[in-house]
Amino acid sequence: MELDRPLPNPITPEARPFWDGLREGKLLLPRCQSCGHVFFYPRVLCPRCHARDITWTQASGTGTLHAFEIAYQVFNKAWRVKPPYVLAMVELAEGPRLMSNLVNVEPDPRIIKCEMPVRVVFCKLTDEITLPLFEPAR
Amino acid sequence: MSPVADPRALRNSVCIVGVDESDEIGSLPGKSQLTLHLEAITNAVRDAGLTITDVDGIFTAGQHSPALLGEALGITPRYVDGTTVGGCSFIIEVGHAVAALHHGLCDVAVISHGESGRSGVGVSPRRDTSLSGQFEAPFGFGGAPTLFGMVTTRHMHVYGTTLEQWAQVAVSTRKWAMLNPKALRREPITVADVLNSRPVVYPFNVLNICLVTDAGGAVVLTRADRAKDCAKKPVYVRGMGESTEHVMLTQMKDLTFSEATRIAGEKAFRMAGVAPTDFDHIMLYDAFTSGPPIMLESLGIAKRGDGVHFFADGRSTPGGTQPINTNGGGLSYTHSGMYGIFPIIEATRQLRGECDQRQVPNVKLSLVNGMGGMLSAAGTLVLSNER
Repeated sequence: MELDRPLPNPITPEARPFWDGLREGKLLLPRCQSCGHVFFYPRVLCPRCHARDITWTQASGTGTLHAFEIAYQVFNKAWRVKPPYVLAMVELAEGPRLMSNLVNVEPDPRIIKCEMPVRVVFCKLTDEITLPLFEPAR
Repeated sequence: MSPVADPRALRNSVCIVGVDESDEIGSLPGKSQLTLHLEAITNAVRDAGLTITDVDGIFTAGQHSPALLGEALGITPRYVDGTTVGGCSFIIEVGHAVAALHHGLCDVAVISHGESGRSGVGVSPRRDTSLSGQFEAPFGFGGAPTLFGMVTTRHMHVYGTTLEQWAQVAVSTRKWAMLNPKALRREPITVADVLNSRPVVYPFNVLNICLVTDAGGAVVLTRADRAKDCAKKPVYVRGMGESTEHVMLTQMKDLTFSEATRIAGEKAFRMAGVAPTDFDHIMLYDAFTSGPPIMLESLGIAKRGDGVHFFADGRSTPGGTQPINTNGGGLSYTHSGMYGIFPIIEATRQLRGECDQRQVPNVKLSLVNGMGGMLSAAGTLVLSNER
């Protein structure tokens, strides 16, 4: 089956638990054992206290739409989703932000608003890769 | 405790003595990036009344290293800098050159830009994608418009900024481009034209986004004592500042305010002994219409949320009290990809009084501020034609 979007590439070793978690339907975030800071993207040290003592914690999957864009054209060669589609920066309830898509919504700036509540939708691309997408939460 | 080193010791110690573009700018499928560099360097060195053999410091950013430029020019520099933190790298490198020249690490510095951004001639494969390939590309992100729009919709949410107000930035900048024979787009536009232009990615239509061109540009600097012997009136580097905040946009603390820009500006203003509101000419990196207003706010020139008013009320336009982006900007003059060399060139020409129809009367103090990436890095310069 032809994929409608590029796979994450490369998957870096320090992000492997994030991708493994998604395959099992879990949104995992790096957490500093020393100061408790939850952050994203994964890296070997805590960007707040700089301790190198990182574990993983399961996120609630809820958050807010921090900012968004509506794409009217395709911006990367492997992209097959028909425009318009919504590019999203989500702020998770745990604090970190990540990039994603807002789905199950009209791609209309009169409907989509910053700070609207969203929740994760797991989108299986391959046996290996599941992406965290988001939809409006009531 | 030893006394703290004070960058104010560098104030006015170094001058910009030569500036120019490549022989042509625009769509140049017959010229490689290296050629754009070499044309710009030879033109700027000639503008200074110097020769290539006088150059002993090479500064550049992007895909070509200073070593390659030295080799291609046939010189062996004794100081090189290839700081590459996005389009403002050249602005930051002016600061680095000031420090190097002041301390005698080199005597004549050239900062060079060459980019075949439109035609892709002599362009290497793209760089590191370990973060963007993993956390952005699978969601359809690709290229600056898909990222800078986030900054823009957030600003609209927090401050109530409107699409009409962003469009006014494009209109103001185009008015300047109409007065610059080197500008690529010179036909008049209105706010309605911007709002009705082709939608690319909300909140941007095509007229909210910079051009994509092939161009080179170069700047030559030397110490103030030597600048007196150069061909043109010297332009003093009175203040400089730089900073970086993030690379991945999700890491930016406040999408509506550039911390890197604030830090770069404060450093530059303090070194120069000026206030943010003292400038009679301003150049701001305009990859998108929302960039310049956010920079005005981050620099403390406008209150937060008020940057757009500079463009809406005519202050920024020809004849206005606060001229901004007088070359026509990345939006209408040229934007090869790393635009930062061009605002330095324009500020220098304004301070020399070389700008004919678009000349701002009595310019004494000019501000150059640029971003790298998505407000990720920042470089600020305070330039003056007086000591």
